[in-house]
Amino acid sequence: MLNDIFIAPFVDMFTAPDFLMQVLWEGLVSGILYALIALGFVLIFRSSRIFNFAQGIMVVFAALTLVGLFAMGIPAWISVGLTLVVMFVLAVAIERVVLRPLVGQPDIILFMATIGITLFLIGFGETIFGGENKVMITEELGIPTGDTVLEPFGGLLILQHLDITVVVVATLLVLGLLAFLNYTQMGRAIRALGDDHQAALSVGISLQTIWVLVWFIAGIIALVTGIAWGARAGVSFALEVIAYKALPVLMLGGLESITGAIVGGLMIGILEKLFEIYWGQPLLGGNTETWFAFVLALIVLLFRPQGLFGERIIERV
Amino acid sequence: MLYRTAGQFKTSYIADQALFPVKQDAFLLGIILALAWIVFPLTASEFTFQTLLIPILIYALAAMGLNILTGFAGQLSLGTGAFMGVGAYACYKMVTLMPWMNPIVAILLSGVFSAGIGVVFGIPSLRIKGFYLAIATLAAQFFLVWLFEKWAWLYNYNASGAIQVPNLEMFGVFVSGPQAASVTEYYIVLFVVTLLTLLCINLTRGNLGRTWKATRDMDIAAELIGINLMKSKLTAFAVSSYVVGVAGALYVFMWKGAAEPNVFDIPLSFQVLFIAIIGGLGSIMGNYLGAILIVGLPVVLNVVAGTQVFEISTPSAILLVALIAAATFLFWVARSLWGVGAAIGFGAVTLIYGYAQLQGFRIDSALIEHINVMIVGGLIIFFLIIEPHGLNQLWRLIREKLIIWPFPH
Repeated sequence: MLNDIFIAPFVDMFTAPDFLMQVLWEGLVSGILYALIALGFVLIFRSSRIFNFAQGIMVVFAALTLVGLFAMGIPAWISVGLTLVVMFVLAVAIERVVLRPLVGQPDIILFMATIGITLFLIGFGETIFGGENKVMITEELGIPTGDTVLEPFGGLLILQHLDITVVVVATLLVLGLLAFLNYTQMGRAIRALGDDHQAALSVGISLQTIWVLVWFIAGIIALVTGIAWGARAGVSFALEVIAYKALPVLMLGGLESITGAIVGGLMIGILEKLFEIYWGQPLLGGNTETWFAFVLALIVLLFRPQGLFGERIIERV
Repeated sequence: MLYRTAGQFKTSYIADQALFPVKQDAFLLGIILALAWIVFPLTASEFTFQTLLIPILIYALAAMGLNILTGFAGQLSLGTGAFMGVGAYACYKMVTLMPWMNPIVAILLSGVFSAGIGVVFGIPSLRIKGFYLAIATLAAQFFLVWLFEKWAWLYNYNASGAIQVPNLEMFGVFVSGPQAASVTEYYIVLFVVTLLTLLCINLTRGNLGRTWKATRDMDIAAELIGINLMKSKLTAFAVSSYVVGVAGALYVFMWKGAAEPNVFDIPLSFQVLFIAIIGGLGSIMGNYLGAILIVGLPVVLNVVAGTQVFEISTPSAILLVALIAAATFLFWVARSLWGVGAAIGFGAVTLIYGYAQLQGFRIDSALIEHINVMIVGGLIIFFLIIEPHGLNQLWRLIREKLIIWPFPH
């Protein structure tokens, strides 16, 4: 038993390093997608203290809109543009209809409101585009398919071109976002709002504009994630579960930290894959990916309650 | 006028602290109890029992359990569904291992198991707060549901992987399983729910409830005035999980009849959370109001849509008009113009729709299912905007208005 837990998995790792690299690569790909979703959460949380549960459903909704528009006969790239327009309209609508009347309410009320948005978007998406599983328009968007086979250590390492594209695009998106947040006026305004609401308001930053902007950025991130994940697993509301995966990422990285979201996402993506392959499947009957990330985050939080990169919680009476 | 409190003098502290300091409240509750215990069972149809009465009671109980944790002790939990599952599986194991056991005792005992597991998953609350804790409870949610799937002992190594409620007898009457009558099931649910509601009301009024509320309002301050936070938080987790577990046992044994692990997945947790929040955090009655809304609304929508249940008929149209009139009146009393407008708008749309349907206009049932989800989502946002403190607060406003009526202040 102890051998199975502490020794055998590591022996497996060292005797088949090519397989280990394959596992790490797959973990990295899903990790970068978790990081993207978590980034959407963090941006919204920082600027408005709203724990946006609808992020996951925005992923599905964006992907559905894209596929649905394409099915109407609109060329692929124009569909992408139109989907971005839809996400912008959604951001404005959410700000006007939901957030503005609820300003200043307790956190949990706003959290509930985002669950309301989630349900509304599920119903709305299914009403318009139908509830059945759809195929992402991978080829039409020019995303390469096929794979590259490498042979490290005399073994076999298969890299899907799709996954490589995802990693490249996601990395570019994250870098672009970081540049936007650090070097543009709008980006600095978002960070200012995250640091101190009232101080930001007093120097003339418009809360409403920033909120729309942040939700729109979350919408763009949702579209990219939706395309990437939809290409691997098809587009349906089952994709929502990947949004739950972003939650332990947030716990691990800290709700306010952008670095935390990225590092946490990669950590969770890789560790949960490793655990599933080397411990979960042989010992626990598999499918441990549903809870491993949460339990890992829980254990880390017991030692660091604000997450790895979160702001130190200082409490006063 | 009806709610005149003048002249009801309290001459002792005991009288002032009574469960019903105002006579009319006790009277109102008497009417509700009489309705629930005598009128409904005599008049309700099989359909009403199975789609409205039993689920409303069970969901209200689950929401009450959650409300103790979230509303009274301030610890947000998203794992309610899994704790309901623990209650259901514990009850299933008990009645299959010990068939001689009285079913009601088994149901009440099954909560003990979920309370134990609740305490274990409540331990992080001593260090983790707010949304971090909410996500931590998701660990319980996903882990437990996974366990229900993988641990075959829990479902007695069934090929289907689901738990199937056996026929259980009590005093020669079938009380659960396929052969039990809906009325019997209803009475058992009602008995358990009444019992636990009484327990919860008194717990939250008492010493324990006050420590919970202090913890909720500001835990450091509570600690400074000598409240043991660990005890306060863990008892909240224990009591809450107990009630939720009993609700879970009732959910499977008295209503569904069988359950697969994924029944207890995250949508169930959210449904219960909706009920608790729409009903009003930190209230007992709100859970019932919330359950009536969240369970009843899809049924009403389906009846109006007329696809699965029955064609729109004169009685259901009258019922609908009456409901909408009542809602309009209540919103008007509470001075919520938004509410009045929405109630009238909703009524107009449903009536037009019903009329169109009478003329032979049909929408297919999958679409109605989708529209239902959309409407429920929209209504949650709507209720949060008009009254963030829930239906209970709405009722409190109405009651206040009635007490001073016809004067404005």
